[in-house]
Amino acid sequence: MGYASKSPWVIHYDASSCNGCDIEVLAALCPGFDVERFGIINTGNPKHADIFLVTGSVNERNISVVKQIYDQMVEPKVVVACGICACTGGIFHDCYNVIGGVDKAIPVDVYAPGCAVRPEAIIDAVVQAIGILEEKSKALKESKKGA
Amino acid sequence: MGKKSIIPFGPQHPVLPEPIHLDLVVEDEVVLEATPQIGFIHRGLERLVQTKDYNQFIYVAERICGICAFGHSMGYAETIERLMGVEIPKRAEYLRVIWHELSRVHSHILWLGLAADAFGHEALFMHCWRLRERVLDLFEKTTGGRVIFSVVKVGGVQRDIDKATLDEFIHVLDGIKDEYEQICNAFLNEPSVYNRTAGIGVIPKADALDLSMVGPFARASAVNYDVRMLGNGAYGDLSDFQPILSENCDCYARMEVRAAEVPQSIEIIRELAAKIPDGEISVPVKGAPAIDSEACNVLEQPRGECYYFAKGNGTKYLDRMRMRTPTSQNIAGMAVALKGCDVADVNMIVLTIDPCISCTER
Repeated sequence: MGYASKSPWVIHYDASSCNGCDIEVLAALCPGFDVERFGIINTGNPKHADIFLVTGSVNERNISVVKQIYDQMVEPKVVVACGICACTGGIFHDCYNVIGGVDKAIPVDVYAPGCAVRPEAIIDAVVQAIGILEEKSKALKESKKGA
Repeated sequence: MGKKSIIPFGPQHPVLPEPIHLDLVVEDEVVLEATPQIGFIHRGLERLVQTKDYNQFIYVAERICGICAFGHSMGYAETIERLMGVEIPKRAEYLRVIWHELSRVHSHILWLGLAADAFGHEALFMHCWRLRERVLDLFEKTTGGRVIFSVVKVGGVQRDIDKATLDEFIHVLDGIKDEYEQICNAFLNEPSVYNRTAGIGVIPKADALDLSMVGPFARASAVNYDVRMLGNGAYGDLSDFQPILSENCDCYARMEVRAAEVPQSIEIIRELAAKIPDGEISVPVKGAPAIDSEACNVLEQPRGECYYFAKGNGTKYLDRMRMRTPTSQNIAGMAVALKGCDVADVNMIVLTIDPCISCTER
């Protein structure tokens, strides 16, 4: 990936994480790790966001919320599963209320494992996500040309 | 008078790192009633005691909450030690309390940052979180983890801290003191912050007692209760401990209390680091809890009193493990504080109880 054509904005949602990954996502956005230098800004509005950072596994109560946020995001969009719970369910995979990783609810593009996920891993995953975002936006443009 | 309407708040909301849903019944920008709905993070981890033995469960207990991770592993280990009648070495008790107080420092600085974000002071939020990284570096150096440490085990602790590293603790904590005072100055003396928080979300002392609020949220309403003053473990060796109280009962008082608790924790770490005895850091724990044995334990988490209960059944698997976490106590207080406030103050009040939803719902 040479350069990104736009500054990707992220939205963060805590599905059923223990908080550990959430504070690491926030820590990545703060001066210690400072992903803002890549133009990444945290937004609260799904309609403004390009990258969806989900932490924690999905359960019966929040699966609809995760789907709704994903549906509200505008194409092209990329989903990053942050932490092992979001990837597979992690240590809680056999709890009665846990359905599994986020990919049970929405398509996931990048997996960032770790318990808790380290900010370096989040940055790495987001940089990968930016590459996928570029490809998706190119494909979207091509398909519009054809129409 | 306007018409009543309902505004949904959450579960996905910019001010909340964690999902909670509030139905706010609003009339003319004034909140008449707030009904919390929870369950977005419920995993059902208490039931995992049936499939994980009491040594394995400590890793689950630690993941109840990523902010008070150390507190939960320490509270769980103490409960099991009480259940099985294990006495741990003095040095392990001291090390646990030192790490626990350090996690209080990081939790309160994290909260101050989130509070600043809630009243719209983003620069202050960034400053707090930058300062917090220095505390996390100490954790990383001594345990290997930044938020989940896995350093407590039933019967003691996994790792020792040598004298030079303890001195470094003091050195780093002294180093952040100056910056911390500057940040507190912005929180406590700046008129824009004062006007945003003073007189907002008032809960008088009588109500705080009725609602059995705990932690800094209750202490800001002048409730003189802090589990640390009971002197469990190494807290009993402190020369003096006085809970920090405030009489104002509003959002400003809650900031005041938490801001003052950080230097208090640093003093505790300093005192214990000077007094720490030499010796073993763990004892081997063998066997299983007896049939129908029961034990309970209380611990002062950064958010308040946390109660643990365990019941054995003669096998390595516990019969029941139950925690009552501080936020589940405080949610009732929050709903009362929200009554009659402005819509614009809702996020400030929700944040001042320092909600930890993943503790509450488990």
